[in-house]
Amino acid sequence: MTHRLQVSRRVLLAGAAGALAMPAIRPSFAQGAPIKVGVLHSLSGTMAISETALRDTVLMMVENINGKGGLLGRKVEAVVVDPASNWPLFAEKARELLQVHKVDVTFGCWTSVSRKSVLPVFEELNGLLFYPVQYEGEEQSRNVFYTGAAPNQQAIPAVEYLMSDDGGGAKRIALLGTDYVYPRTTNRILRAFLNSKGIADADIMEEYTPFGHSDWQGIVSRVKQFANQGKKTAIVSTINGDANVPFYRELGNQGIKAEDIPSVAFSVGEEELAGIDTRPLVGHLAAWNYFMSVESPVNAEFKKMWHAYIKNDKRVTNDPMEATYTGFTMWAQAVAQAKTTAVDAVRTAMYGQKVMTPSGYEEQMWDNHHLSKPVMIGEIQADGQFNIVYKTPQAIKAENWSPFIPENANRRRG
Amino acid sequence: MSFLLRLLAVFLLLAAPLRAQESFESGVAGLAGGFAAQAEAVERLGALGDPRAVPILRALSEGKLQKSPDGVLAIEGRDALTGAPAPTATETVRINNRVRGALRGAFGRLELASPQEAERINAAAGLFRARSADNIRLLEDALGREASPAARAAMEQALAASRLAAADPGVKRQGVLMLSGSASPEARSLLLGALAANPGLAAEIDSAIAAIDHRLQIRRVAETAFQGLSLGSVLLLAALGLAVTFGVMGVINMAHGEMVMLGAYTTVVVQEAFRGIPWLLPWALPLSVPAAFLVAAAVGAALERGLIRHLYGRPLETLLMTFGVGMILQQAVRLVFGAQNREVLSPSWMQGVITLPGGIEVTQNRLWIILFSLLVLAVTIAAIQFTRFGLEMRAVVQNRRIASTMGIRTGRVDAMTFAFGSGIAGMAGVALSQIDNVSPNLGTGYIIDSFMVVVFGGVGSLAGTMIGAFTLGVVNKMLEPWAGAVLAKIAVLVGIMLFIQRRPKGLFALKGRAAEQ
Repeated sequence: MTHRLQVSRRVLLAGAAGALAMPAIRPSFAQGAPIKVGVLHSLSGTMAISETALRDTVLMMVENINGKGGLLGRKVEAVVVDPASNWPLFAEKARELLQVHKVDVTFGCWTSVSRKSVLPVFEELNGLLFYPVQYEGEEQSRNVFYTGAAPNQQAIPAVEYLMSDDGGGAKRIALLGTDYVYPRTTNRILRAFLNSKGIADADIMEEYTPFGHSDWQGIVSRVKQFANQGKKTAIVSTINGDANVPFYRELGNQGIKAEDIPSVAFSVGEEELAGIDTRPLVGHLAAWNYFMSVESPVNAEFKKMWHAYIKNDKRVTNDPMEATYTGFTMWAQAVAQAKTTAVDAVRTAMYGQKVMTPSGYEEQMWDNHHLSKPVMIGEIQADGQFNIVYKTPQAIKAENWSPFIPENANRRRG
Repeated sequence: MSFLLRLLAVFLLLAAPLRAQESFESGVAGLAGGFAAQAEAVERLGALGDPRAVPILRALSEGKLQKSPDGVLAIEGRDALTGAPAPTATETVRINNRVRGALRGAFGRLELASPQEAERINAAAGLFRARSADNIRLLEDALGREASPAARAAMEQALAASRLAAADPGVKRQGVLMLSGSASPEARSLLLGALAANPGLAAEIDSAIAAIDHRLQIRRVAETAFQGLSLGSVLLLAALGLAVTFGVMGVINMAHGEMVMLGAYTTVVVQEAFRGIPWLLPWALPLSVPAAFLVAAAVGAALERGLIRHLYGRPLETLLMTFGVGMILQQAVRLVFGAQNREVLSPSWMQGVITLPGGIEVTQNRLWIILFSLLVLAVTIAAIQFTRFGLEMRAVVQNRRIASTMGIRTGRVDAMTFAFGSGIAGMAGVALSQIDNVSPNLGTGYIIDSFMVVVFGGVGSLAGTMIGAFTLGVVNKMLEPWAGAVLAKIAVLVGIMLFIQRRPKGLFALKGRAAEQ
């Protein structure tokens, strides 16, 4: 720890000396080829809606670090590719980044299926991937750092909140999700968790819909029916992507108020709400590790930086963007500490790295390749922002191998 | 002695309002606390029944109540209690769902005597959910005064729920009997909840639940049918344009979905243009219909004249080429409007639920879309059957060469037919902007369904398209409760495959020489 402190002080001194020596405004890069940062986010296709903002975040961070004189005295250069929401293309583009462009690190992927698709490539070529989105866990690769939440940092605390007095004391839970690996695994964990809390299977409803489902009338009226069985009911939504908009519109149209049947979503952030009239949704919940409405000095700085970079004060920030910010900052720290971008050295330097994040908490990278993160529950407001109604006192360590999945539970040490 | 008693009486008379005043003020002060303290304060203010609480609670529920660091509450720069100018450095008082629930109960008590009928109904609905025996007297009094049947019905429900919460078993029984006449699932839920707590009333509650169940079952069938019709109307809208371009002209147009998407984006543009003119804004949606028709028709005409006409008779090439055009259009829209979903406002007459007799609830936007789809169908049929353009179109389809010798400019008719089909798709986009995401991918979700409907209904038959769309919609919604959304869709697809094996020409096969070619 003290060692790390000394190093960062030395870097700081060097930076200060550099600033004194060179009065020129433009930073000049002393030596060496640029450090290459790969960006592997879909810029077209169905995931473009979410992933475009993450590409912009990485580009912003690159511009920011170059403005401060680069890294190890070298310029940082972004290499952007477009895997076009096409899962096999993700693997091809990852190979291109590693073999053709020889990138030192890659920031990328959103859906779990795209991550699973690039994983063998990064392991084979010993690359380094930072994955910024909450996911279902049950994975740990030495070539990936997961800066989003594991289920115990999002799903389980959110359901605990719904069952608490403040959350309405739910006794019946409707699990609604999109039909793919993340919702199914998360709901499997949640079902086991609910059973352990004394909620019987008869009080759990589970339903899946295809990607991009738009006709929610039947499901919402079935949820209404499920809710009218004499016990307080809540909805847990792992619905992903665009399908959320018609889902929330149907909730609003069928008059489901958050006071009666609150819903908590794991994939709905500020960006997704940008396309909806949120007035009928006030009070419905989302669980994340960061909200744009967090009041912290780092967040104020982050929002300012984003608005200046994107040149639009109306653009929102969200949790995966914050995770990208945190991952990039942490990687830069680790590189500065290791004094090289070599993957193995950076990996070792990553363990124990700490960053004060926009969430207002200090987050640490553990040797399970996951961050400790705070959990926050926010209520949707009429202006499309979230009002934080609950947050954990400390950052929570990730359990990427859930104790609720019996066959993986004792793989804790990965 | 008597003097002392009198003195005491006077003192008590003076003290009572004083105490009420004090608890009113402390109740208001509680609104600045944590969520639990807020909920308690709201309940206390509701129980006091002081009308001064109404504007304060209203401000709290609308997020207009501010608090200064030392806990002084203010509404729009004025002290909430005294009305004096308040300090400026303030933050908004935030609430959560628990407080919102308490607010509903408090408004129920405070506004039950409101002169507005809608507010009284809302108040009764709030008291129904609050289910407190404390409200029985209040509701009985209100019912004695009430003349409006809608408000009476809501108050009776609320009274029944409040009676059910009473301690006295006789009052409780009255509550159960009142609820048994209801057809609302909420009443059923309430009774189910009471069942465990009141074993003595089990028989009455069971029969009340059975009575409600019977009514609910009828209602559920009606609602499923409505949902099926609604899905059918969406399919019909999406497929109608294709029924013209594919059904009548035989062009496999994979860019059909993108015409729908262009219509939806036209709605966005019209709405943005009207944003500055508030009185016109509610008319943005109806005015988008002709605009979307023109935009999509223009793109369709350009597509036909520029590309498709060179590929007549080569279906595979047409398919590939239109597929490419579709991707170009998608990416072009993404470049111009961004990858983000665009928000389309729903006019107030398209929001919320209409309750039909028997308690059947239908959402307004779906109802309008069903009507709109039937209107578009009628216009399409009229245009084909009764206009000169329709006559020429049918002539060209039946026999191009003879039509040509009769002096019909077949090339122009082709372009107009394709533009017409595309324009209908554009109008569908206006309707879909109300229920689906306005994103560049909007159309891709509908292209398969559209082909399915047209082929199932019988290529070239508009009536077949309509019946096909509604059949598929209703069957899909009937299967959904049993099989789930994913399996229902698969089952429908398998069903269509088997059907097409048996009847390759669909429900309504065209007969005659033209169809044989």
